[in-house]
Amino acid sequence: MTTALIAEDEPLLAQALHAELARAWPGLQLLERAVDGDDAVERALSGRPDVVFLDIRMPGRSGLEAAEAIVEEWPDDAGALPLIVFVTAYDQYALQAFERAAVDYLQKPVQPARLAACCARLRDTLALRAAARNAGAAPAAADDAALLGRLRTLLAAPAEAAPAPLAILQASIGSTLHMIPVDEVIYFEAADKYVRVVTAEREALIRTSLRELLPRLQAERFWQIHRGTVVRADAIATATRDDSGKVFLTLRQRPERLVASRLYAHLFRAM
Amino acid sequence: MPLSPDSRQAAGIASPSALAPLSLRHLLVHGLEVTLANTVISGVLSAINGNPFGPTLVYGQCIGLCIWALIEGGRRMLPLRPSGWPAGWRGVALLAVACPLGYAIGLTIADTIYGHSNWPAYLSKPRRILLDFGPAAVFCAVVAGAFYARGQAREHRAQIAAATHAATLARLDMLQSQLEPHMLFNTLANLRALIAVDPPRAQEMLDHLIAFLRATLAASRQQEHPLADEFARLDDYLALMRVRMGDRLHTRATLPPELAALAVPPLLLQPLVENAIKHGLEPQRGPGELHVEAALDGATLVLRVADTGRGLEAAAQARAREPAAPSSGFGLAQIRERLQTLHGDAARFTLAARDGGGTLAEIRLPVAPSRPPAIDTP
Repeated sequence: MTTALIAEDEPLLAQALHAELARAWPGLQLLERAVDGDDAVERALSGRPDVVFLDIRMPGRSGLEAAEAIVEEWPDDAGALPLIVFVTAYDQYALQAFERAAVDYLQKPVQPARLAACCARLRDTLALRAAARNAGAAPAAADDAALLGRLRTLLAAPAEAAPAPLAILQASIGSTLHMIPVDEVIYFEAADKYVRVVTAEREALIRTSLRELLPRLQAERFWQIHRGTVVRADAIATATRDDSGKVFLTLRQRPERLVASRLYAHLFRAM
Repeated sequence: MPLSPDSRQAAGIASPSALAPLSLRHLLVHGLEVTLANTVISGVLSAINGNPFGPTLVYGQCIGLCIWALIEGGRRMLPLRPSGWPAGWRGVALLAVACPLGYAIGLTIADTIYGHSNWPAYLSKPRRILLDFGPAAVFCAVVAGAFYARGQAREHRAQIAAATHAATLARLDMLQSQLEPHMLFNTLANLRALIAVDPPRAQEMLDHLIAFLRATLAASRQQEHPLADEFARLDDYLALMRVRMGDRLHTRATLPPELAALAVPPLLLQPLVENAIKHGLEPQRGPGELHVEAALDGATLVLRVADTGRGLEAAAQARAREPAAPSSGFGLAQIRERLQTLHGDAARFTLAARDGGGTLAEIRLPVAPSRPPAIDTP
């Protein structure tokens, strides 16, 4: 039985998509609707649907952020990643990004013909997956890799004007302002509304989000390895891949280990 | 001597390279104009001095064309105003240098043609220079002035056109901010969904949408309308949003009856209510409340839009995170501008965190002497 999750904050639109899906794909079983981005992540991870329809503008996490979290936190024993279809009313930027990343998307109001074509495509992909599984092949590894690639393209949407790279971070620890050269930072970690800045000797909080910070770091020096972690590449000592595709990193000047999610595991391959 | 005003109407001062490239047609036309002016000047001079017309014409053409060539060349090396004339002292300096220099060169060329030199006479009697050069300089200034005036008029026309263009763009911006496509398509999607499940409610929603669109399109023409109308238009918009957001949106409107007839600029509150929903309530998880209120504080009308949304700080953070996200900047700037135009410093607009979370927007404006209600009795 194929299952799907609809994440849509506007009740009538969720209801309409539900009804249209019932017509376009009679066998599809729908999980209870997710009412916002955070709810979508929770319901996707617990219900493990085959397909997720994600509205882009939702309360809390956006559809895009929800997709990122679902893919990163998808349990290892849950099989292939869900197929993701984005739904949006009108977002010029988003549409361009969808086209560039070749992800599936629907525009509201959803046109029945467009939805039928989308469902046909999804069914084909799922049928190929099932065939591969029956033939004893690795469970949809190529499929997942393609999905991860598309999501990465989408998430790496270019900033309109690249701001000047940061050289010094100013972080207060207690009543003292610490001037931390960016070159000394080993890694950055998202912590709610803050970013934790970790150097060899100390750590500090700065009041910004990782997404704001990222364009101001040199991309070749600082690698995003998880939606919440950015690490200085030359501070990484080793990378070890486990069975699930996650990569564990050890660092040169810090004892802790960091995890690279499956979205970013492709960064670590032997030359 | 003449100046050809440039056809390109750049804003402010164009760089020399912004001048239209040396086109043959352009040069021919201006050369012809100059030659014509030279001929007229020569005729006048020969009539005044009693000199034969032929040689005067040759001298006139040589001198006139030389001065023109110098000015034309100089214009290509100096930053120009849109009128085609160099800005400030540079323009005067160009004339001051090109006139005597062109005169001297043109005189030498004409002398060469006639195989005789005026220079010894000039050098022995400097007064003669003034006598000959004086009228030439006056004509030079007159012709240059005429061409300058033509350029100025063209610049002026261009400025008027640019201002009209800017005003049109501002109106378009205002319309587009109110007929935001994301809002429109989402509303249409809801309407489409309602038609299938609840036709009477769909009809009701469509009526609100029609009223909302009509008010939005009319607002750019109307000067003011009664506060009661403003609240009615807000209710159209809020009715649409209540359908879309379901039980996540609770709205309340407080309009004391004695304030209902007060005149206010149309759709003054609209952007505030839209912002409260778009940036405060809609992106927030869970339900929220919006309260629109009008009150009188002495002779000041106080209009408040309060929401229990995620607050200004969270909205700013979200915008920084997603640069493509909608910005409220335009709507707010527009409110400030409208209030400033209508009431100067007597009106005030503030946007602040609300006690207990959310955002409070407040407009204070002097009460206009209440007009008798328009003839709208049935």
